[in-house]
Amino acid sequence: MRVLGIETSCDETGVAIYDSEQGLLGDVLYSQVKMHAEYGGVVPELASRDHVRKLLPLLDEVFQNAGLEKGDVDALAYTSGPGLIGALMVGASTGRALALAWDKPAIGVHHMEGHLLAPMLEEHPPSFPFVALLVSGGHTQLVQVDGIGQYALLGESLDDAAGEAFDKAAKMLGLDYPGGPLVAQHALQGDRTRFRFPRPMVDRPGMDMSFSGLKTYTLNTANDHRDNDGRIDDQTMCDIAAAFEEAVVDTLAIKCKRALQHTGFKQLIIAGGVSANQRLRERLEEMVVKERAELFYARPEFCTDNGAMIAYAGCQRLMAGQHSGLEIVTKPRWPLDTLAPL
Amino acid sequence: MSKEYRIELPDEASMVAFGAKIAQATQGHGVIFLLGDLGMGKTTLSRGVIRGFGHQGSVKSPTYTLVEPYEVNGKHIYHFDLYRLSDPEELEYLGIRDYFDEQALCLVEWPDKGRGMLPVADLVLQIALLGYGRQLSWTPQTALGQIMADKLMS
Repeated sequence: MRVLGIETSCDETGVAIYDSEQGLLGDVLYSQVKMHAEYGGVVPELASRDHVRKLLPLLDEVFQNAGLEKGDVDALAYTSGPGLIGALMVGASTGRALALAWDKPAIGVHHMEGHLLAPMLEEHPPSFPFVALLVSGGHTQLVQVDGIGQYALLGESLDDAAGEAFDKAAKMLGLDYPGGPLVAQHALQGDRTRFRFPRPMVDRPGMDMSFSGLKTYTLNTANDHRDNDGRIDDQTMCDIAAAFEEAVVDTLAIKCKRALQHTGFKQLIIAGGVSANQRLRERLEEMVVKERAELFYARPEFCTDNGAMIAYAGCQRLMAGQHSGLEIVTKPRWPLDTLAPL
Repeated sequence: MSKEYRIELPDEASMVAFGAKIAQATQGHGVIFLLGDLGMGKTTLSRGVIRGFGHQGSVKSPTYTLVEPYEVNGKHIYHFDLYRLSDPEELEYLGIRDYFDEQALCLVEWPDKGRGMLPVADLVLQIALLGYGRQLSWTPQTALGQIMADKLMS
């Protein structure tokens, strides 16, 4: 089955064509990150307008790249939640309209299901069951995955998502948006042992997390090292970035280890924007070796939002005979554990 | 409004406890602005308020969703975080007016980003750094806010 996937839940417009026999045939993406950078974050209404502007040209492009006539797919999949309502509406209404025009079935896909299935697009995919760490600017969740649609929440961040904590720490250190990759870049030059930040909630049982307190810690450490003009020297800045990154990564690793031990599973997948963090991957690789488990992740461009993961997730459900009704449904809030199994 | 309302909160626990006091003082109605830099504890204080009504679950940062709604024991609480907002006009697209009815309590972080689109706050709370702890001060801006402000001092 050949499926067109459309992703517009936040600030990336992604379109891809996935074929269950031939794999990925085309994948194009437009990122609004540069546009939002001047505001230091995503601007919901701007995001929607930009999706409207970019989506149709991207659709042309993906069919052209795949060497296919426009509409030469068996079905469509579009992200219907969770996300920004206006942004979701663009993808969902376009997907539904094309499905009607081409007389093809279509399905609304859960954005996070897309992310957690993204490693399936790689050459050595994991097999069910596995533990998934979904970690991005908007989410930090540990999920037990028994099969497609069979998800149980093991733990989550009780306050800030890990990616959000990265962005805000960056802002406190005077770095640009998006701050996560910049903090990681500075951390590379930093001494990871000069400062030691706390690992929140690791002394308590369970797999819930909290990253809000690390902001306060970052702020206090930065303020303790400002000169008379309020500036921090470059090395100290890098050292703080390293201490911050180490605290987040270590906390995530401890919670992932607990999740593996709790479930008895031997496979861990990481997905979402923060899963591209190099230090996180290193730290998790060390941990899974000790646990006699294996780590899986998607290629960097499929860690962040993309159309390929939506085409893939939609394809699995469509092949099982599922599809959505003709009405345009978007769900800005949509708990992952309420999805239907295959 | 010459009276100064101020309290020192040495740690997170005292911040959360004071949140519960705010919950009591508001009875679940009104508009409260929360001012203070990144990392001052606005979301921590909000967690105290929302838990103060009996909410058991987590209180997530609304930075990426802009607003998180709660319904606890018949009270409606909306927790806003306008940090990412670039233009107050964005609030119009979010249907902002619907949230600020008298039946709800609205906690608004980074209200400056929504200037011109937000109603007058009953109470403005400011959190500032004091050593490694925090100083909380508040200013009533309406008659309802005056009642809240006095209750918080008692």
